[in-house]
Amino acid sequence: MNRIRVEYFALLRERAGVNEETIETNAQTPAQLYTELVERYGFDIERTRLKVAINAQFGDWSAPLRNGDEVVFIPPVAGG
Amino acid sequence: MKTSSPVPGFSFTDQPIDTAQARLSLEDGSCGGYASFEGWVRDNNEGHSVRRLEYESFAELAVKEGERIIAEASKKFGVANIACVHRVGSLQIGELAVWVGVSSPHRAEAFAACRYVIDEVKHRVPIWKKEHYVNGDSGWVNCERCAADSPAHSH
Repeated sequence: MNRIRVEYFALLRERAGVNEETIETNAQTPAQLYTELVERYGFDIERTRLKVAINAQFGDWSAPLRNGDEVVFIPPVAGG
Repeated sequence: MKTSSPVPGFSFTDQPIDTAQARLSLEDGSCGGYASFEGWVRDNNEGHSVRRLEYESFAELAVKEGERIIAEASKKFGVANIACVHRVGSLQIGELAVWVGVSSPHRAEAFAACRYVIDEVKHRVPIWKKEHYVNGDSGWVNCERCAADSPAHSH
């Protein structure tokens, strides 16, 4: 069981109803964590449309999560 | 005119961008060319009349990615000084949302680097834009339509 801090932005922030939270999870990877959050919040953005950041660096969906990691799921961007 | 290396780079602000001030950071006696780009809030998008915009960023990663883009442009085009400032928060129609400035010895690479930076920023930097429409609807640009079972502008 890891404690993972998740921060939400844009559409995902609105759907989750919180800016950030700490989750106790058995998810071993960001991909598994996202699946868990889809069940919890009903996120309807397909994972293939997202990027993931681990500890404020772009990361891999299959990277192993460690206790205390900070994860952000990044919806399609629209700067400018 | 300053000839020392200024402090260009990527930054966010929640205040109106002062382009005259931003330009100062690019003054360089070895540069004969300066190019800039201003992105303004438009009153329409894909057939919707837009009343205002909200920008939100994942600042910690966004600044890193913005700096990475500037470093790439600097190396790729050999330009001397690049700066980019992006607004966050609520913006009205006509307001300046993003500014890119480049100074370099000659004009061609200034134009090219400026174009590279704004194109890459739009595609790579974690910034999101929520449009508020005249009809009262709102929607996250590039996001609502990727939600499989959610019609666009449904909330």
